[in-house]
Amino acid sequence: MTTMQILFIIIAATTLGAAIMVVTTRKLIHAALWLILSLFGVAILYVFLDASFLAVAQVVVYIGAIAILMIFAIMLTRNLAIDVASPFNNSWPWALLLAVLMFAGLVWLLSSWDNVAMVVPDLDPRIDPIKALGISLVSPDAYVLPFEIASLLLLGALIGSIIIAWPRNKNEG
Amino acid sequence: MIPLSWYLFFAAALFSIGLYGVLARKNAIAILMGIELMLNSVNVNLVAFWRYRAPELIAGQVWAIMVFAVAAAEVAVGLALFISIYRQRKTIEADEINLMKW
Repeated sequence: MTTMQILFIIIAATTLGAAIMVVTTRKLIHAALWLILSLFGVAILYVFLDASFLAVAQVVVYIGAIAILMIFAIMLTRNLAIDVASPFNNSWPWALLLAVLMFAGLVWLLSSWDNVAMVVPDLDPRIDPIKALGISLVSPDAYVLPFEIASLLLLGALIGSIIIAWPRNKNEG
Repeated sequence: MIPLSWYLFFAAALFSIGLYGVLARKNAIAILMGIELMLNSVNVNLVAFWRYRAPELIAGQVWAIMVFAVAAAEVAVGLALFISIYRQRKTIEADEINLMKW
């Protein structure tokens, strides 16, 4: 056990525990706060994987935008009945069974793959990963098309969500 | 040194937790949170495979960024839909929104 492995286990356990709290806790606003902890744990794992840009983007996009947007939506759609009634629907045992089966299947699949446990290769010290990422996002023979389509998708989502959430008549609030 | 399989097991567990949240929760925003957990686990897989298998190709990180963009768009549209539904029906419990069910 090296220090990195112990750190990984601590962070992974925290992230998974926070994720379990997200799906089981009764109050939605607490679930959103646990979700922030879970997303932060994933950001630390990106640092472990030498993906520093993704770690920052995870904090900015997921925690700074998505989680805050969810907290706003929870406060806008607040309903007293939510906190009293059970947060699960009637078929939750089937959902639990399916989730456990999914996990068992994935674990079986991974443990049957003998090439899975290997050491991490060294990054090429001549290549700056962030620079390579930036160049590949705007280079025509790399990923400029998905990049532009993603910006169109975000524009469409922006306009679409404004139109959907716009009140249609006076008594709608 | 952390083996690749640890990341994969972690991502599998996170995906299953998110799946349970999507299938079992009543509140529509909680379902969206489960989807976020599942997208995150896929991202961890993408980046782990990039780092251990093909660190010379930047494609793993690029696709993780695409997942970020799609997740942001999905949350924006989803929450706008929930706010619109809440205005009309005063609820966002997924099993009470049965307007299109026959």
